[in-house]
Amino acid sequence: MNRLTLVRKNLFRKKTRSTLLLLSIAIAFLLYGALGAFNQFWEDPPQAPTRLVTLNKINFTQPLPYAYYNRLQSVDGIVAASHANWFGGYFREPTNVVTSFAVEPESWFTVYPEFTMPAEQRARFISDRTCMAAGAPIAEQYGWSVGDRIPLQSNIFTRADGAEAWQLEVCAIYTSTADTAGAGAVLLHYELFRETASFGGNSLGWFVLLTEDAALNESVSRGIDDMFANSSAETETSTEAAFNQAFLEQFGDIATILSLVIGAAFVSILIIVGTTMVLAIAERTKEIGVLKTLGFRNNAVFGLVLAESVFLSLLGGLIGLGLAAGLLMAAEAGLGDAFPPIVITFEIAASAVGLMLLFGLITGLIPAASALRLKIIDAFSKG
Amino acid sequence: MTALYTLTDLSKRYTRGRESITIFEELNMTIEQGEFIAIMGPSGSGKTTLLNLLGGIDRPSTGSVECEGVRVDKLSEGNLARWRSANVGFIFQFYNLMETLSAAQNVELPLLLTNLSPKERKRRVRTALEIVGIEDRAGHRPAQLSGGQQQRVGIARAIVADPKVLLADEPTGDLDRSTADEVLETLQLLNKEMNKTIVMVTHDPAAAGYASKELHLDKGRFVAKENA
Repeated sequence: MNRLTLVRKNLFRKKTRSTLLLLSIAIAFLLYGALGAFNQFWEDPPQAPTRLVTLNKINFTQPLPYAYYNRLQSVDGIVAASHANWFGGYFREPTNVVTSFAVEPESWFTVYPEFTMPAEQRARFISDRTCMAAGAPIAEQYGWSVGDRIPLQSNIFTRADGAEAWQLEVCAIYTSTADTAGAGAVLLHYELFRETASFGGNSLGWFVLLTEDAALNESVSRGIDDMFANSSAETETSTEAAFNQAFLEQFGDIATILSLVIGAAFVSILIIVGTTMVLAIAERTKEIGVLKTLGFRNNAVFGLVLAESVFLSLLGGLIGLGLAAGLLMAAEAGLGDAFPPIVITFEIAASAVGLMLLFGLITGLIPAASALRLKIIDAFSKG
Repeated sequence: MTALYTLTDLSKRYTRGRESITIFEELNMTIEQGEFIAIMGPSGSGKTTLLNLLGGIDRPSTGSVECEGVRVDKLSEGNLARWRSANVGFIFQFYNLMETLSAAQNVELPLLLTNLSPKERKRRVRTALEIVGIEDRAGHRPAQLSGGQQQRVGIARAIVADPKVLLADEPTGDLDRSTADEVLETLQLLNKEMNKTIVMVTHDPAAAGYASKELHLDKGRFVAKENA
């Protein structure tokens, strides 16, 4: 036996109470870990520093004229441009959502150089309009292989010929060397889409541009937006990071909401755990008196009580963080290819452990100070 | 015999509200090394207070408590704790064992304050449990032991660090006659075979009969009676 045994035994003397306390703390850190990971993703989404996105100024669901594509490429500082339309695809059942874009294949892989695939697959996809390129995550999700013919339907568009689905051959399966949004999407030819869709084929969803240098981003953005100012479809050009953030912020001021939720949960749990610890130590007044009688010094007793609280907080917190990691993995599996993985980063884990220690110290401080000040005589008269 | 404790002009007063209560005043006594003293007296006569002063868990209002040349009443809280762990073993009426620890772990508690290796600690715990005859219950928790067995664990805890003096406050107050006799025989054995100085507070004349000396504390004064 050592002092740690003493701490552990005392901590679990009332199993129901300890379990409930652990659960409370675990919930707090489950929230902290999961929402913190989302928060970080919100604030720092994956991005390429020289990639810009041009949208309709009203919002991203409004189309842009196809004619803009050629005009904007004349703006100084742009080295590559491509375009995409949101296809709204699904596979067999509407619930099998497939993030899918109708793109211009060759230029798309120029503006997204991190998307890689074998050269022959790339060549085949670019040259054949009935081909599709699938991101590796979605191909794995549905068990697709190169050569498979996939019926892809849209929850937005219908075919002009009345057929239900676009029959596409999986000609390429690509992977991404970076955590890019859309890295798991299905890509189909814009030309095929334009010719076969019953509507929407004469406009574009958004443009993706590469600039020579990140320092030119602002002047290029201004140049494009000025070019289409006062037109029927004004544009708004921003960096990919700003675009991703703006997209996510349509759900509200997520960061603020998350901070408030985490903060409220923490304060509530801090009060509950702190109060319970005070009561738990008060119940053991006589035992603390016995320890002091046996020769345990005041600061040793202070340390034992504080260690209990810190141990409880660390244990509950780590359980919570583990649950958060599991929850994020489950969410990733559910979301499929729509977003890059949202993970608990080292920074979040480290700050969580720091918070666990702080939490343990705060909740343990009052009972530990009471134990420190307790006189042996008083302990036996109270006990 | 050599004097272990010397109490000089010892007074203890408590203040309750505006009222000052004197427990005893100018008490003088000497406790010799190897004595087994039973302190008796009516309730409120100050028996337990005296025991607390001997054990350094309370301080006198005036006067001095000296143990082998050390002014116990003058030690700081930290030094007092260290002195207690090295010199005094406490035996309580209601055993005061940690309910979450096994008998062996309870006995080991005072040894956590020493630099002994875990192996040596285990050896000493086993020896202490053997001395009090409870080694077969080493793994049991207090709730799984009878009152007499719990008190034996309490005694083993008191002797495990090999203190010079054992202070027992009504050690048989919660036990039936026959169990009490067994516990008292153990204390007598510790006194006679291991030369432990024992100061025992008791209400029970039969228990006091096991001591080598009885002191009756009444109205702040001692009346001594030597036992055979």
